[in-house]
Order: sequence, then structure tokens, then C-alpha cells
Amino acid sequence: MFKWLHPYAKPETVYQLCGRFYPWLIALGVVLLLVGNIWGLAFTPADYQQGDSYRIIHIHVPAAIMSMGTYSAMAIAAFIALVWQIKVAQWSVLAIAPVGAIYTAIALITGMAWGKPMWGTWWVWDARLTSELVLLFLYLGVIALSGAFSDRQTGAKAASLLAIVGVINLPIIHFSVEWWNTLHQGASLTKFAKPSIDPSMLWPLLISILAFKVIMLALVCLRLRTAILLNEQHRPWVKNLVEAQ
Amino acid sequence: MYFQSMADFWHMGGYALFVWLSFGITYLLLVALTGYSHYQQKQFKRQLQSRLAREQRVKQYQEQTK
Repeated sequence: MFKWLHPYAKPETVYQLCGRFYPWLIALGVVLLLVGNIWGLAFTPADYQQGDSYRIIHIHVPAAIMSMGTYSAMAIAAFIALVWQIKVAQWSVLAIAPVGAIYTAIALITGMAWGKPMWGTWWVWDARLTSELVLLFLYLGVIALSGAFSDRQTGAKAASLLAIVGVINLPIIHFSVEWWNTLHQGASLTKFAKPSIDPSMLWPLLISILAFKVIMLALVCLRLRTAILLNEQHRPWVKNLVEAQ
Repeated sequence: MYFQSMADFWHMGGYALFVWLSFGITYLLLVALTGYSHYQQKQFKRQLQSRLAREQRVKQYQEQTK
């Protein structure tokens, strides 16, 4: 059933594909981000309770959602790498981790800048904030663990294992606002009921979420290409490629 | 536009510091990661090129001195 996928596991093919997709993805991502953010910053009404401070939502929520989405992608790649021993999947774990770490940092920092005027504090050790901080440490752990072995293969395997174990944190982040008393508000988008946000504010938000997703894909393409070159540097195709440049 | 003037827009209803801090840091981090990833790739390609060139020189030298 999945036989047609097999040629796509070949590093050289992935290298070429990523190279072809990257310029389009990064251009699309930047355009979407600008449209979503300018719309959200200048063309939506202010919140009736939070005034203009709520506009931070247009980067905070996309970064937070994609910090978890990126982690899922990394964990799936890690699972594929460990179970089916697909090399490209293994390298993509390490290509994805820094992107996810940056997204998590953005979610935390923008959350702090939003919390200060609304809650009166930059930081509280409550469930949502703490579990998101743990997500950041998981990303950093994956990056650090992969570099902690003298053998690159062993490090990558250990990092993949950590990535898979860390998946337990995702439902904890998501449900933290229901399971524990917290300053953080409940879900407005990621629930089965209708989103509890006015359509005029919802559309720019959805565009920004898509933008963060597309930018993540673009950066993973870019970083995966470097990873492929690094790991395949002794192969003839890489030699031909580099010498041709 | 929702705001009356550009000055109003920059003022963000009194939340200018927090709003612009958030957006500023976000763009800064995204640009930094993109720039660094490009730099890494270029740097590695350069390293590889010089290594291959060195191997080529060594080979040539060995053939000459045979």
C-alpha cells in the first residue's frame, strides 16, 4: 500500500524535493504572516475587556498551537526512524527540533508580555505555563541529547526516544486549563464546539496559524537539506553536487 | 483601519510596550533562525568544498611522486 512512498525515503530525492519546495514555502509563509498580522493588528476591532492588548493573540496562539504541532511532527518522525530505520526520518528529527524550540520560546515570551498587563504578572507557576515550559525543555533536551554522544547515530537514536516519550506532555498542555485552576483562559479554537471568538477576529488568526505552519515546513526543508549533506558527505552524489557549484 | 490615526495605531490603546515587544521578539527570533539555518548550510558546503579540494590535491601529489 505504501510502496509508492519508498523512493521518497532516498536522501538524494528528499534533498532535491526540499530544495524545490523551500523558496515557495518561505515566500508563502512570509506573505501569510504579514497578511494575518497586519489584518489582526490594524483592521480588527479591540476586545471589549482587554482592549488592544488582545492583539498579541495573533502571534501567541499560532506559536503555541504550532509549538505542539511541530512536536507531534517531530515525534512521528522519531517513531518512523526507530521502527522502520528510515535515515531521512532520523535526520529530520534534529532538523525539526530547533524550529519547535523557537516556536515554544515565542509562545512563552508573548504569553508573558500579554500576562503582565492582563494578569498583573509576567509569570506564574501554573499548569499551562509550566507544561509549556517543560515543552521547551523537551525540545532543548532532544537537541542536547543528540549532541551528547561521540557517535552521531547513537545520539540521534537517544534523541528520538526522548522525543517519543515527551509526547505525554502534549495532552497535559492541552487539558491543563481544564484539569487545574489556572490564570490562563480556556480553549477558544481547539475544541469541538464552535470557536468562541468573533469571526472578524477569527479569520486573521487562522491565517496567522497557517503562516506559522508554512514557515515551519519551510525551515524544516532548509534545515533537513543541511542535515542530509552532513550525513551523506562521503557519497558520490554529494561530491558531484558540491563540486558543480 | 480600526485606528483613527497612525499615532493611535502605534499607541495600541496604551498597550504599545507589550504588543510591540511581542511582535518584535517574534519577528526577531524567526529571522534569526532562518538566517542561522542559511548560514549553517552555506558554511557546511564551503567546508565540504575545501575538504574535497584538499583530497584532490593530495591525490594529484601522490600520482606525481609515484
